[in-house]
Amino acid sequence: MTELTSKTIAELRDGFRSGEYSAREIAGAYNEAVAAARLLNAYTVETPEDVIAAADAADKVRGHGDLPSLAGIPLGIKDLFATQGIDTTAGSNILKGFKPTYESTVSANLRAAGAGVLGKLNMDEFAMGSSNETSAYGPVISPWRRKGSNVGLTPGGSSGGSAAAVAAQIAPGATGTDTGGSIRQPAAFAGICGIKPTYGRCSRWGIVAFASSLDQAGSMARTVRDCAILLEAMAGFDPKDSTSLDLPVPKWEAGLSSDLKGKRVGIPKEYRIDGVPEDINTLWDQGIEWLKDAGATPVEISLPHTKYALPTYYIIAPAEASSNLARYDGVRYGLREEGVKTLDDMYAATRAAGFGAEVKRRIMIGTYVLSAGFYDAYFTKAQKVRALIKQDFRLAFQKCDVILTPTAPSAAFGIGETTDPLAMYLNDVFAVPASLAGLPAMSVPGGLDGQGLPLGLHLIGNELDEQGVLNAALAIEERAGFTARPEKWW
Amino acid sequence: MSDEELARLEPELNAIIGWVEQLGEVNTDGVEPLTAVIEQKLRLREDAVTDGECRDAVLANAPNAQHGFFAVPKVIE
Repeated sequence: MTELTSKTIAELRDGFRSGEYSAREIAGAYNEAVAAARLLNAYTVETPEDVIAAADAADKVRGHGDLPSLAGIPLGIKDLFATQGIDTTAGSNILKGFKPTYESTVSANLRAAGAGVLGKLNMDEFAMGSSNETSAYGPVISPWRRKGSNVGLTPGGSSGGSAAAVAAQIAPGATGTDTGGSIRQPAAFAGICGIKPTYGRCSRWGIVAFASSLDQAGSMARTVRDCAILLEAMAGFDPKDSTSLDLPVPKWEAGLSSDLKGKRVGIPKEYRIDGVPEDINTLWDQGIEWLKDAGATPVEISLPHTKYALPTYYIIAPAEASSNLARYDGVRYGLREEGVKTLDDMYAATRAAGFGAEVKRRIMIGTYVLSAGFYDAYFTKAQKVRALIKQDFRLAFQKCDVILTPTAPSAAFGIGETTDPLAMYLNDVFAVPASLAGLPAMSVPGGLDGQGLPLGLHLIGNELDEQGVLNAALAIEERAGFTARPEKWW
Repeated sequence: MSDEELARLEPELNAIIGWVEQLGEVNTDGVEPLTAVIEQKLRLREDAVTDGECRDAVLANAPNAQHGFFAVPKVIE
């Protein structure tokens, strides 16, 4: 039943409902595909029994009244989401063996909608990375390869396992989280769709915290419609998250429309930066044409503080991370280094052994920018610049309805090719501003570059306007006709 | 961190700190630092106990739990 794994979530849902195939058949096809793709290192844990149990439950209720929206659909869950009784490590040695006694709100919502869990998806350690190379489980290998080459490429990060799994058809959809591009950049690298909603749409409860004012869960799938279906099931008010938005979840799937008549698409001039490959700027221009074809009018806009978004992010995110990660002390969960005499030594030894290099780097930066003598110069300054970045978008959305940019400044790069941390950070240059402003944003595949690798287009919407983002992405999807799939080598 | 780790980290941290210092160019006079990315009122809830009675679940993942407590190296001489 390999053809089942090439179907979209909408197709699987409809085929299951009409009785074309059972949930058990879908589950079987996916469990088999997952087990046959271990070379990709996309899953950290496989849970075939979980998928079978959810499938059996779905098969039992089919034909008896209303089915929940994801009945019969198996999904991959990023290892950042706490899953009851299933290892949850955030890609870190310091959480080795941690089996939560509770379920994150987002994954609980997906389960309540009938979804089964295929397993946990590999990721950069604590979501800190843009290539999946910082994972304690080793890097995910992208299913994509450059034309005529067998060099292993990264799937991007931090949701790299999610992106690789969806692209390789070993999950029809997956959860991701996005702090500064961690859904959108890997989606672009892997030739799939990924949306980060407005900050607060999805509950952060039960998601391992990285930078709490930026972290937001979202969906990754092969089509815009599938992203809408998943996001609708994931989102919703949760009293357990103090920043959760107390608003009804819109019917995003039913609202999909690629007719953009009367819509204005903002093209920010500051996103034309040096050093971006020609293929990417060409695709951006093509994207503008596609949106014009759908009825929209392009307008030039200015986001003057764009240049300062990345340095702002690399103060705020590490600052919040250094505070959030203080909880890993070897006392309550995860790793403990034994063989030291005092409590302080135990904390130090546990952290030295449990955290990887990138995490230590960010804890050090975060601690420094929050330290008494430097707090105003770095952290307060960054929060002021963040307010200006937010203001840039507020003014821009008086002139336009949605913003179009490239998703990332390059296609996927090789594993081990980028060793300088600063060069790695630049991957998120187009993604980070929307994160700092808490805005919904999405990557949709636009085409392939000269080496045969996928490139993404990036849509940024105004607060709470996921529908506008999804609709513009749908217009691009329909016109790009992106059907390329990685050739199976694994 | 080991001396080797520190030796490697020092130039990296200096480069990152040097790079973020470009924010000094931005005029932020009179700008209020951002505190909430999406403006909303903090909710109040009824002052009632809504949680608890889950000691065993809390301790379930402890590397060392004894007699219903987390166990750590001795801290009082």
